[in-house]
Amino acid sequence: MRVMAQVAMVMNLDKCIGCHTCSVTCKQTWTNRTGVEYAWFNNVETKPGVGYPRRYEDQEQWKGGWMLDRRGRLVLRSGGRVKRLLSLFSNPDLPGIEDYYEPVTYDYDNLISAPAGPDMPVARPRSVLTGKPTAITWGANWEDGLGGAPENAGADPNLTGEWAEKVRFEFEQTFLFHLPRLCEHCLNPACVSACPSGAMYKRVEDGIVLVDQDRCRGWRMCVTACPYKKVYVNHATGKAEKCTFCFPRVEAGQPTVCSETCVGRLRYLGLLLYDADRVGEAAATPGEKDLLDAQRGVFLDPNDPEVRAAARESGIPEDWLEAARRSPVYDLVMRYKVALPLHPEYRTMPMVWYVPPLSPVLDAVDAAGGDQDDPDHVFAAVTRLRIPLEYLAELFTAGDADMVAGVLMKLTALRSYMRQRTLGEPGDEAALRAVGLTAREAEDLHRLLAVAKYADRYVVPAAHKEDAAALTAMENRCPVETSGDAEPRKVMLGIPALRRDTTAEGRP
Amino acid sequence: MNAVPTPLAAASVSGADLLLWVAVPYVCLAVFVVGHIWRYRQDQFGWTSRTTQLLEHRWLRWGSPLFHLGAFMVIAGHVVGLAVPDAWTEAVGVTEHAYHATAVWAGSVAGAAMVSGLGMLCARRLLTRSIRLGTDRSDKLLFPLLSATVLLGIAATATHNVFGAGYDYRSTVSVWFRGLFVLQPQPEAIAGAPLLFRLHALTACLLFAAWPFTRLVHVWSAPVGYLARPYLVYRRRAAPAPAPSAGGRGRGTASGSRRAA
Repeated sequence: MRVMAQVAMVMNLDKCIGCHTCSVTCKQTWTNRTGVEYAWFNNVETKPGVGYPRRYEDQEQWKGGWMLDRRGRLVLRSGGRVKRLLSLFSNPDLPGIEDYYEPVTYDYDNLISAPAGPDMPVARPRSVLTGKPTAITWGANWEDGLGGAPENAGADPNLTGEWAEKVRFEFEQTFLFHLPRLCEHCLNPACVSACPSGAMYKRVEDGIVLVDQDRCRGWRMCVTACPYKKVYVNHATGKAEKCTFCFPRVEAGQPTVCSETCVGRLRYLGLLLYDADRVGEAAATPGEKDLLDAQRGVFLDPNDPEVRAAARESGIPEDWLEAARRSPVYDLVMRYKVALPLHPEYRTMPMVWYVPPLSPVLDAVDAAGGDQDDPDHVFAAVTRLRIPLEYLAELFTAGDADMVAGVLMKLTALRSYMRQRTLGEPGDEAALRAVGLTAREAEDLHRLLAVAKYADRYVVPAAHKEDAAALTAMENRCPVETSGDAEPRKVMLGIPALRRDTTAEGRP
Repeated sequence: MNAVPTPLAAASVSGADLLLWVAVPYVCLAVFVVGHIWRYRQDQFGWTSRTTQLLEHRWLRWGSPLFHLGAFMVIAGHVVGLAVPDAWTEAVGVTEHAYHATAVWAGSVAGAAMVSGLGMLCARRLLTRSIRLGTDRSDKLLFPLLSATVLLGIAATATHNVFGAGYDYRSTVSVWFRGLFVLQPQPEAIAGAPLLFRLHALTACLLFAAWPFTRLVHVWSAPVGYLARPYLVYRRRAAPAPAPSAGGRGRGTASGSRRAA
């Protein structure tokens, strides 16, 4: 047993209102620079929808993640090492800027500097890449709230099979929910495995996956290998960049920016202990529907004395072990088993998990004239409403609808029980027992999911001050090199300066 | 080495030849070596292929493999043609005629691939506005210089060895080239070569001098080690970095992982 610790995240999708605050604050912190205007380390997608970049979940096209070869060995879907080196000159599976969107800015200056005239001056959109006026035809959340869904959402790669036809047909009666996405900081990261220069790595201490900007040579294989398309090419520096899990904040014991600013308070951060020796084996589990259980099998119980002893041997400090015991992520993923990973079939062992949304089901119960407070109605509806269920299963359980149904029933029973308790009734524990919860557990889970106090949601132990790294969060500077730096540079060549003058003076 | 000239023989060459064929090559080589060491130590962050595939991939799809594979063949051809004396190839039974026939044919294919590939890469750089705006000073130096070198080289081969009577550069240009590296420069060996060959040699020298300051440095990072390394890379957090001083935001003070993204 080789115990390692990972800072992991869970998102409770029922509470996501799609406000994009996480995306905006992330962008302001990390990607408001030349070269990554198009990149969103965190973005919020409306599901069903094609996603960002377009149809990124279609691995037949984009070749992300791992697969099993004919002999059952785990191989990267984008091909072996030799093939990867041969495609250095032109990567055939790299999304183009048109698959993301063309970033724009606006002629704000025109609003105040336009000469007097009969018409109100307007701020026209202007491409950040070319400086020319452009029409905005796509964006990172173009389909927000199912906008344009009749034309586009049918292209969602998760809509396959017979039931999908029905979704498209009855689209106006269908469901939607928001899916915030960031780097999964996988246990078996395909991007790291595909990096020819060895610039990408997973940190031993906290499992955060990073790109060493000094060692990246711009071979861009990570972008292809990541099935979530959460590694981006900075077109100004020619290097890869990705979500850092706000490591300067995490090292200081603070939650990531996306978590800190989440208006719906739906994010949870905490430690998971796992056995690094079993990751490869688990990722190579033959059946796709068994991958979720295989991944849960890799996680270790922080209360188990044997695990604690092994963890101490691996050098995990005592306060981290204590944090692992209090981890809300462990509770949601392992104790209550209400959180599910996004696309476990990619075999990367993602570490950002989701509590699936109950709302689409409840809406349908109401529409069918049922009482959404009655667990019997809702239980029946959960199994009857194949459409949202199968869709959620495509996202979270590699198609295993029973697994999703189990989680939704658990949430329903919890909701119903706690409603009764809140109204001063004793509470019907039969429904709870049916989903394997005790009254005490229900109270705890309710506190975690619904009350969701800051201290309960974020249990992030600070990095050990011995290595002084935590100081960075206090330095008030961006760990990524900024462009357009006012200070004189020591080295001038090959380093991007702010070149694209999109202001009025820079116009051709 | 056959026919090693005495130092006295060098005295008969003109000052211009000495400058062009001894001073310039050595200065360029010195800049090449020192420049690389300096850049590698000072500018790991800028050491990249500077990919633009994100912005444009249709031309790159053909242009880049054509250029790179052509360039590999061209470089291999130059190594054989310049570094290997003709006495050696004849010693292993390759006749002068067989050698030149192979060189002309393989060289033409490689040259054509490289020129067409480079042409496409230049075209997309000029015609795609987003790439043109992202072209920095080093590119503005590199692309014309590289194009000139390649075009002069292929023009020399075409003029003299494909359509012309044939010119045996191995007894002139190659002798000069090898002389530089054994520290017995023989400027008189190249001084009489046809103009196209001389211009090609000169632009090549300049290209080597410019090399460390351009995106060409990515050549030295060809990731062959990838074939042997384990798939998963784990790294510990960087060792404690000395706390940066108030104004010290220089890249020198940042440790490796501080610049991770």
